[in-house]
Amino acid sequence: MSGVRVLVGTRKGAFVLASDGKREKWEVSGPHFAGWEIYHLKGSPADANRLYASQSSGWSGQVMQRSSDGGKTWEPVGNQFVYDGVPGTHQWYDGTPHPWEFKRVWHLEPSLDDPDTVYAGVEDAALFRSRDGGKTWQELSGLRGHGSGPRWQPGAGGMCLHTILLDPSDPARIYIAISAAGAFRSVDAGVTWQPINRGLHSQYIPDPTAEVGHCVHRIAMHRSRPQVLFMQKHWDVMRSDNGGDSWQEVSGNLPTDFGFVIDVHAHEPETIFVVPIKSDSEHFPPEGKLRVYRSRSGGSEWEPLSKGLPQSHCYVNVLRDAMAVDSLDECGVYFGTTGGQVYASADAGESWAPIVRDLPAVLSVEVQTLQ
Amino acid sequence: MIRVELPSHLRTLARIAGEVQLEVEGEVTQRTVLDALEGRYPMLRGTIRDQVTGQRRPFVRFFACAEDLSHESPDAPLPEAVASGREPLLIVGAIAGG
Repeated sequence: MSGVRVLVGTRKGAFVLASDGKREKWEVSGPHFAGWEIYHLKGSPADANRLYASQSSGWSGQVMQRSSDGGKTWEPVGNQFVYDGVPGTHQWYDGTPHPWEFKRVWHLEPSLDDPDTVYAGVEDAALFRSRDGGKTWQELSGLRGHGSGPRWQPGAGGMCLHTILLDPSDPARIYIAISAAGAFRSVDAGVTWQPINRGLHSQYIPDPTAEVGHCVHRIAMHRSRPQVLFMQKHWDVMRSDNGGDSWQEVSGNLPTDFGFVIDVHAHEPETIFVVPIKSDSEHFPPEGKLRVYRSRSGGSEWEPLSKGLPQSHCYVNVLRDAMAVDSLDECGVYFGTTGGQVYASADAGESWAPIVRDLPAVLSVEVQTLQ
Repeated sequence: MIRVELPSHLRTLARIAGEVQLEVEGEVTQRTVLDALEGRYPMLRGTIRDQVTGQRRPFVRFFACAEDLSHESPDAPLPEAVASGREPLLIVGAIAGG
């Protein structure tokens, strides 16, 4: 019997939502790690029972958790994230040099084929990897040290490495994104990196087309076409057809091209989803109407999807890691809000229903498709 | 025997029901108590003090005998009442909202 497991990270704990393939009735467990911020939790593609979670708090710092039974029980693993060498400085908000300081793990990306290998994107921005199931972590310091690091700057949420994409067709190819530095690509399994921001245009930096400094919010890829990337930037929805060598804008008829999430349909590589947010100062949907926008042409032409979503007085946000898709025959789409709702669509966005309504503010949503 | 009281979220993390009682070798200081605490409960490493520098985390405070010891040297002897086990060392999360 197929089913799905939705992994939800919130400001005050983690929740696991489970359903069968119909996705109508849901079993909710949690809060796990009650009271702690759970920026992200994610399952291994190679072993559905192996989960990793980032648990943190302003009082007690970073804790890492691992489950080997699909989230029923958890064990703390290694939480020592030490930058390689002398970390140096990046830019502070006012452009002055600021020392690199570890704050938290934003995003976990388990390896596609080894349950004991997992990548961690952290604030202040750097990429770490564990090859022993999270016991120890080593920085892939070629990213932070490739030369442009002193020009990186924090976005409003901090200087975070929030996106890690592993190319299913080439284990050596990795894409990452940082707010506010931009997107980077490695073709040698993370040893060396190059910025891939040509075509991005950002008015909030002195040179709008600079090599780095862009506030990329999220990148998504379909596993069948890893050279095609979709990006939700601070403003602008972008796509690349050459693995990030160049980008073109595909915001098209969106009501606003600001937003955080972007994701790709599990079976249709040209069908993508975003949630437009009014602006960088008004982090809520335009007109108080929560709408997912779908493009079936890889961008530029968008249609609103609102059936089942609140269409008045809705002022929540959908954060960058808070959308995911399942890979059942009829693709399911999920997203969580800062108001604590997790919405699910079992028909690729045509209609929506809340799985839960009153969680703490949702930071991340991931989905495991269980066969 | 040294007595240590932890904030509830760290007791949950370490699966501790109540007060911790520790044997400490040599002089009883913040450092030797925390060394013993983290030795028994490795999951607490990094949650009270930095794992590399040993510095107390900014929102953590150490109280004992109605005194704030947060800014004492980590190698200063703790009060005799703590060293003898008559009073606990309180590890407290600063009041910071949330």
